[in-house]
Amino acid sequence: MTDHHAAAPPAGPVPWKKDFALKLLADMVRIRRMEEKAAEMYGAGKIRGFLHLYIGEEATAVGALHALSPEDNIVATYREHGHALVRGMDMGAIMAEMYGKREGCAHGRGGSMHLFDKATRLFGGNAIVGGGLPLAVGLGLAGKMQKEQRITACFFGDGAVAEGAFHESLNLAALWKLPVLFCCENNLFGMGTAIERAESQTDLCVKAASYNMPALKVDGMDIVAVHEVTKQAAQRVRAGEGPLFVEYQTYRFRAHSMFDAELYRQKAEVEEWKTRGPIHTFSARLKAGDKLTEEEFLALDASANAEVDAAVAFAEAGTWEPLEDLLKDVHTPAENAP
Amino acid sequence: MSRKLSYREAMREAMHEALTNDPRVFLMGEDVGMYGGTYAFSKGFLAEFGPERIRDTPLSELGFVGAGIGAALGGMRPIVEVMTVNFSLLALDQIVNSAATFRHMSGGQFSVPLVIRMTTGAGRQLAAQHSHSLEGWYAHIPGIKVLAPATIEDARGMLAPALRDPDPVVIFEHAALFNMEGELPDDWSVDISSAKVRRAGKDVAIITHGGSLPKALAAAETLAAEGISAEVVDLRVLRLLDTATIAASVAKCHRAVVVDEGWRTGSLAAEVMARIMENAFFELDAPVARVCSEEVPIPYARHLEEAALPQPEKIVAAVQEMLG
Repeated sequence: MTDHHAAAPPAGPVPWKKDFALKLLADMVRIRRMEEKAAEMYGAGKIRGFLHLYIGEEATAVGALHALSPEDNIVATYREHGHALVRGMDMGAIMAEMYGKREGCAHGRGGSMHLFDKATRLFGGNAIVGGGLPLAVGLGLAGKMQKEQRITACFFGDGAVAEGAFHESLNLAALWKLPVLFCCENNLFGMGTAIERAESQTDLCVKAASYNMPALKVDGMDIVAVHEVTKQAAQRVRAGEGPLFVEYQTYRFRAHSMFDAELYRQKAEVEEWKTRGPIHTFSARLKAGDKLTEEEFLALDASANAEVDAAVAFAEAGTWEPLEDLLKDVHTPAENAP
Repeated sequence: MSRKLSYREAMREAMHEALTNDPRVFLMGEDVGMYGGTYAFSKGFLAEFGPERIRDTPLSELGFVGAGIGAALGGMRPIVEVMTVNFSLLALDQIVNSAATFRHMSGGQFSVPLVIRMTTGAGRQLAAQHSHSLEGWYAHIPGIKVLAPATIEDARGMLAPALRDPDPVVIFEHAALFNMEGELPDDWSVDISSAKVRRAGKDVAIITHGGSLPKALAAAETLAAEGISAEVVDLRVLRLLDTATIAASVAKCHRAVVVDEGWRTGSLAAEVMARIMENAFFELDAPVARVCSEEVPIPYARHLEEAALPQPEKIVAAVQEMLG
């Protein structure tokens, strides 16, 4: 059994305008409420397969994605519900995809782990650990060759750092000075294996820096730090300085997936980390700075719940892809060729 | 007017044409630039097209094949060269789990217009890590197309439609063919959807692809001297297989021998035989036979390597046995 002590909760003034701060708080609450409902619907048998919840880690996706441009490319993992939502995907399309319905973003072909959205340049939802990194290198290469302004942000967990794909991708991106922002969400566990049981070097920035790229470490539970660091990092990447690695130190409050009995960590450790929960700590900081009232919090929470209810109703009312379309989209129809 | 050129020159011309005609096309792989291509397919390209478009990679098959997929998603038309099919196993995850799945898994939102070229096959005494024929594995995967150019015409012509294809296309180039020379007619045109009859016959259909095509044609020549008329069918496209052409040839000849440099067990030959059962069973006058590689990692010593592979004599023997 491992022991990962939590530092003191994020604190201090929030250097943002109220509107912006409340927008980011609302997005964290939207993710939280959507996933709580998804877990409930999993229990009810409406959602099947694997369901990996992001609960506890919301500050990372929200803080980081709000530091990027809508034109940027996003590559994400199988724990990507939050990224998809913050990026601008419709919650109904996400929920319907989890239900496996035709109205889902991939018509029920992908499910929870494979949310894709061309409109917001979200290139999945990749359930091969490390599988997204080489794709991000290629997206970065395409952007550079076409002289685009966009950068590619690639999210992956600490588990991916042990994969060969991580090392090959960081090497290529640095060698070719590609506009890729490597966003490592270090939640201390690759499924049930703690990082110190998987990595000979647990300081992931040391690994990234060995590929001759800047590597930054940030408290992933502190949305202010996440956002500010990502904003700086994205600016540097966009300026053509080459790739950059950011390690977001975070923690997952729920099990790895709905099948996980959590035998590998102590309840006390989880409880300790919950004192650093991104929503309540950020709310407290905003209240202390007179940027949030309890009424305002309740209002944005009610709005999130209403959005969730509408998303569930949309998914429930959804239809099943007809079986005669089973083989659709294995190949691209000629008229849809890119 | 036709002109004579080698398989290597044909492939080089095809790539040169693609790079010239479409700024989205670029070539990426190990030693494609400074070295001129492992097999000199891209000799001179670096000077002509520059290092951005003739991109030497480190030894990172997983990384650069995945980067090819990403670049295709990002609007480019990459040609990714993998030195041999054996090395492609290091990239198999990206090909099978990403390139082949994205169109379907995204509900039709993202296509991957990528071409991967790789050398396949034995015959050069390179032993068990540079000589295998795994194109049958790739032909198992929905979401990709698999080509095996075995003639000068196909070496010259298959790349352009592969690059036009909106989905991933994997091209297998058999190393034993690279120095082969032949006539390219002025009015050549090829597709990436059909099998072709390379020699017409009436007594037995020899169905093959890639490096085994010249062996099958040599066997047909030997058989002709014995009064046996063999038809030789070149599959050309290993996925999606052209079942109609296979079935038509079997319906005409009533006997079939499948020749495949892959190993027998679970082979592409097995798939072709199954399709004959499904589509032409009542046309058959004899059980379908096959000539495959022996089930051994391809050995180094010349006599052992030769014994492990399909050879014209083995094909002739299989036909003779079938005809009694």
